[in-house]
Amino acid sequence: MTELLLSPLRRLGHTTINAIWRLGFITRFLLAILRYSGQSLLRFNLTIREIYFAGVMSVIIVVVSGLFVGMVLGLQGYNTLSRFGSADALGALVALSLLRELGPVLAALLFSSRAGSAMTAEIGLMKATEQLDAMSVMAVNPIARVVAPRFWAGVISMPILAAMFNVMGIFGGYLIGVVMIGLDSGTFWSQMQNNVDLHYDVVNGLIKSLCFGIAVTLIAVFEGYDATPTAAGVSAATTRTVVTSALVILAVDFVLTAFMF
Amino acid sequence: MSSDHFIEFRNVSFAYGERPILNNISLAIPRGKLVAIMGGSGSGKTTMLRLISGQIRPSAGQVLVDGRNVADMNHAELFEHRRRMGMLFQFGALFTDLSVEDNVAFPIREHTRLAESMIHDLVIMKLAAVGLRGTQQLMPAELSGGMARRVALARAIALDPQLMLYDEPFTGLDPISLGVIAHLIKKLNDALGTTSIMVTHDVHKSLDIVDYVYFVSNGAVVAAGTPAEIRASPSPWVHQFMWGEADGPVHFAYPASTSLQQDLGLKGGQHD
Repeated sequence: MTELLLSPLRRLGHTTINAIWRLGFITRFLLAILRYSGQSLLRFNLTIREIYFAGVMSVIIVVVSGLFVGMVLGLQGYNTLSRFGSADALGALVALSLLRELGPVLAALLFSSRAGSAMTAEIGLMKATEQLDAMSVMAVNPIARVVAPRFWAGVISMPILAAMFNVMGIFGGYLIGVVMIGLDSGTFWSQMQNNVDLHYDVVNGLIKSLCFGIAVTLIAVFEGYDATPTAAGVSAATTRTVVTSALVILAVDFVLTAFMF
Repeated sequence: MSSDHFIEFRNVSFAYGERPILNNISLAIPRGKLVAIMGGSGSGKTTMLRLISGQIRPSAGQVLVDGRNVADMNHAELFEHRRRMGMLFQFGALFTDLSVEDNVAFPIREHTRLAESMIHDLVIMKLAAVGLRGTQQLMPAELSGGMARRVALARAIALDPQLMLYDEPFTGLDPISLGVIAHLIKKLNDALGTTSIMVTHDVHKSLDIVDYVYFVSNGAVVAAGTPAEIRASPSPWVHQFMWGEADGPVHFAYPASTSLQQDLGLKGGQHD
């Protein structure tokens, strides 16, 4: 009987301790990345190479998704606003939804699925095939050479990708609202101009995407570096990256929104 | 201890968690010699290489490289130690996103400020030494297993190391590649004057090229000697290993807690 009672308690304790231990480990990992970032930023070509793989290669998916999200916003927004006779405010609705929430959050979710998972798989496979060990034995620090450039590439790429998502989303909203439905183009843009504040909406949105960039890329490189060096281990780490990133993005978004708006 | 010993293990023990790997092991590797450490899978051979390179630290005892205890080195000293060392990994561990040229140039670019033209010439020379000049632009995925191992060897000797560590260099190679790699290891050791340690379970090929052999079993040295001494050794370990016998001091079968008959559900089965 005692064992029956204690067993779930023991499991709960084990899970909690494990979670705290991993949180401590990821924090120390972030500190190590920051410590060795100087070396890797001095050789900025390494980071530029990773910006190409993580950022540039994600442009297509971000741009296309942004366009469709903007078009859906245009359709749904027009339907709802026209019920209250406020269809003219469509430009403001599309822009504010994208700049404040949808742009940073959806771009980050797409980035974690497209680039974060690839980073985890690549670093995990480098570990499984002893490439990280080989580097370390050659007196080259893998955190400085492999992890830090990828981390900074993600941090730099994320706000730019979110901005692209926003631009394409607004264009999608314009296509639906003005070109397809026939709202007045001047009203669409002037409503947007009057209601969107550079600091309050645009800059806060970019700060959000910067935070998401740090979180998503840190999770991706950490999971890769911490992966069990087997096929199953790398597969599990890649899944963890996508799942954890999605949860962290949404949780951080809630906290940031509560403080910002 | 004589300074002729480039590497010394003094009463070294090591365990992964609760599982003991090395048990109070002591041995010495003379400077400039090619020495093989042989033993079955899981006998602790690769662990010894990892102790020498400082990737892990012993739970007891000392590992001395050129008179210095590796476990006492700080981060900077450890990296300085590794700069003078080359290691050939079991499957090469080439960087899959870099070409052959960039792989071999990797340690040179990381640790020197040589001009690109000079790095290019050095890479060509190292690749020529392993018979792979002309493969510079190939990617690791385009190489056969034997070629990848030779590129990895070229990369390991890129900075002319004082110490070379070979982790199972013959595993998974066809007889021609195996012969070529063995010949290269011997030639490089003689030409560069490096101290070389080769962890292997390929007895016959190794005895042809090495200067001295240590046999390791269950984390302890069970036999040692020159190839001639090993061939004439009366040690049952050496005999079993040389001739690949299932019965002997090393048990081939896992010590199961139930008998085969019991596992198969047959009556009258007794535990053996």
